[in-house]
Amino acid sequence: MTSNNTSTVQGVVKTYKLFINGAFPRSESGRSLAVKNAKGRVLAHVSHASRKDLRDAVEAAHGAQTKWANATAYNRGQVLYRIAEMIQAREEECIALLCATGKVTPSAARKEVALSIERCIAWAGWTDKIGAILGGKQPVAGPYLVYSSPEPVGVVVAIAPAEQPLLGLLSVLLPALAVGNAVVLCCGGPNPLIAATFGEALATSDVPAGVANVLTGKIAELIPWIASHRDVQGCIAAGLSKADARALELGIAENMKRVTILDRNTDLADPAVLHSPWIVEKLVEIKTVWHPSAL
Amino acid sequence: MTDIEYAPAPETVPVEIAARYGLFIDGHFVAPRSGKYRVTTNPATEQPLAEVAEANAKDVDLAVASARKALKPWMKLSASARAQFLFRIARRIQERSRELAVLETLDSGKPIKESRDDDLPLVAQHFFHHAGWCDKLAYAFPGAKLEPVGVCGQVIPWNFPLLMLAWKIAPALACGNTVVLKPAETTPLTALRLAEIFDECGLPPGVVNIITGGPEAGKALIAHDGLDKVAFTGSTEVGKAIAATLAGTGRKLTLELGGKSPHIIFADAAIDQAIEGVVSGIWFNQGEVCCAGSRLFVEERILHTFIERLKARMQTLRVGDPMDKNTDVGAINSKEQLERIQHFIKLGAAEGATQFECGGALPTKGYFCRPCLFTNVQPSHTIAREEIFGPVLSVMSFRTPEEAIQRANNTNYGLSAGVWTEKGAKALEMAARLKAGVIWLNTFNRFDPSAPFGGYRESGFGREGGRQGLRAYLKVDGR
Repeated sequence: MTSNNTSTVQGVVKTYKLFINGAFPRSESGRSLAVKNAKGRVLAHVSHASRKDLRDAVEAAHGAQTKWANATAYNRGQVLYRIAEMIQAREEECIALLCATGKVTPSAARKEVALSIERCIAWAGWTDKIGAILGGKQPVAGPYLVYSSPEPVGVVVAIAPAEQPLLGLLSVLLPALAVGNAVVLCCGGPNPLIAATFGEALATSDVPAGVANVLTGKIAELIPWIASHRDVQGCIAAGLSKADARALELGIAENMKRVTILDRNTDLADPAVLHSPWIVEKLVEIKTVWHPSAL
Repeated sequence: MTDIEYAPAPETVPVEIAARYGLFIDGHFVAPRSGKYRVTTNPATEQPLAEVAEANAKDVDLAVASARKALKPWMKLSASARAQFLFRIARRIQERSRELAVLETLDSGKPIKESRDDDLPLVAQHFFHHAGWCDKLAYAFPGAKLEPVGVCGQVIPWNFPLLMLAWKIAPALACGNTVVLKPAETTPLTALRLAEIFDECGLPPGVVNIITGGPEAGKALIAHDGLDKVAFTGSTEVGKAIAATLAGTGRKLTLELGGKSPHIIFADAAIDQAIEGVVSGIWFNQGEVCCAGSRLFVEERILHTFIERLKARMQTLRVGDPMDKNTDVGAINSKEQLERIQHFIKLGAAEGATQFECGGALPTKGYFCRPCLFTNVQPSHTIAREEIFGPVLSVMSFRTPEEAIQRANNTNYGLSAGVWTEKGAKALEMAARLKAGVIWLNTFNRFDPSAPFGGYRESGFGREGGRQGLRAYLKVDGR
């Protein structure tokens, strides 16, 4: 079964690189991780991101964030829709990569890709509507125009779960992008091949350089640096162990960055939770603006 | 400058204050297990007002247990019944508002004019607003699975004792939670008076518990593992320690912390109104306001004339007896806070800024501080960076809107910001680019229960007020 599933990556014994600021650097640390199939044969290597890589990615995200936030919501929606198109076009490759390590059946992989495309479409549609749900005009008791609106927090680190790696990374990435944040996506787990390939899909979509960056490596190792980085304003994570979740919460106590931790029991396939506007509450700041209204 | 003399106009409504207050647990005032009491004083006279119980860890246990016991029946109560309690509480606050305002002024030092016209009306309105939410929560978060958070521990500051209590208790109860609230050690009296009102309105025992005491009681409450949520308003330093304490516990947390808010005056502003805005921005409540506009940025070409006019206006501020209806600036809340403010004022001068303060005699007793402003302030000066929580304004200038934005955002805080300009598009773009949770355009220090309040960055997280504020007291899709 394994040999069939891995047929399309048989010849692809290469080192996948990171995706930072629209380019594909190797980890500055020179480190890489081997990805193996069920029989223990090395399928490929992926870059093992370091603290410095994280900082470079955050810097790139910072440079790109304002322009992305100021793009029209209509424009952002089309860019997210383009990601759906790119995944659709690479459907068979995605299925093969999901199956490559021998832990996932082709039918489960096919289902995951279909759900992934649905997730892209759902968030593509949210960009120009979420402000109407989360914000609004406030009926204050006085002669003032008062409105509250969600604004992106800035740079968000999105930590993808190990399970269902494609659906998982999209589940943490898309809500952050939809509301105008620039994102550093961190992917660990036993099968980072799809994450590494996803960077290549992003490069050929219309996501501006720096808006979405992809790091592969070991999540637990990066968490202290994610937590302490003062130019990271938010973090959304899924699949964290209890210890990693605590380390993240402890680290952010000092700088008050906003953190959304999706419970390990969260069903990633459930649109009721993962396509819901309530998932972005800590990826935005509610800003309330007052102005007198008078002749 | 002509000397303005007013005859004294003291507020004369008498308020009964007991000699000693216990803790309000499970619907009764009880003696503390600690056996200890602390004296609360009137900061304007330094005279003792009452002895107030000093809760210890054992008292906190009892209060949390009482809130836990009350939770299920309170959650099961119909939403309409919950609403009726809150509406009734709002009414009783309105009816007893003069008494509460007087008590607030006696215990906190804030001018009666402000406690009567600002604090109390907002307190009643806050309960009224949230009463209406009780049966409408499903419409506030459409499509989500909602549950109350559970037992909430709430710790509030001394600058707006009753208003902060209202901001904490009203949404918590509306969403079906029960609470243990600790007022600040220097301003416990109005919270205890409100406990009487809760009882008078028939609120079931244990739904609200009020424990008094100092930092020890606060720490015991915040770290208590019987809580499902902690809400804190106070300093950023304490807020960070609380966040670390709660890391990994699964307990929810909202923090409303400090600020060093920018107040930006463009040359095209309506200057007379802007002057009034600046005065309210920094000298309202003696500057003991988390969202105070303590960094003033004036467009360079009007800097000189604006500051001269501001100084002239400062001279008309009446500093003194908070119980006098004409008083603009009352007493600083405590000796400790007065010393802290004086420390910053000394530091301002020592670091090279130029001080200007109001003239006039101060009362011989009590903790008073003249409103003052500093010019020649550099962004690196301590008084331009750190929250003073007093009537001290740091004045700086700018040449372009870009520079104003850059300097205004150059802070770890992000609670509020003010902008004065008569150009609509410029005002709106400034609002979009300032990193703060509340932006006041051509006004300052406006509050309303329907308008979410809360900060960016180290000014805390979560909002209070409005639909958005309910989020702090509900589990939405299990989070």
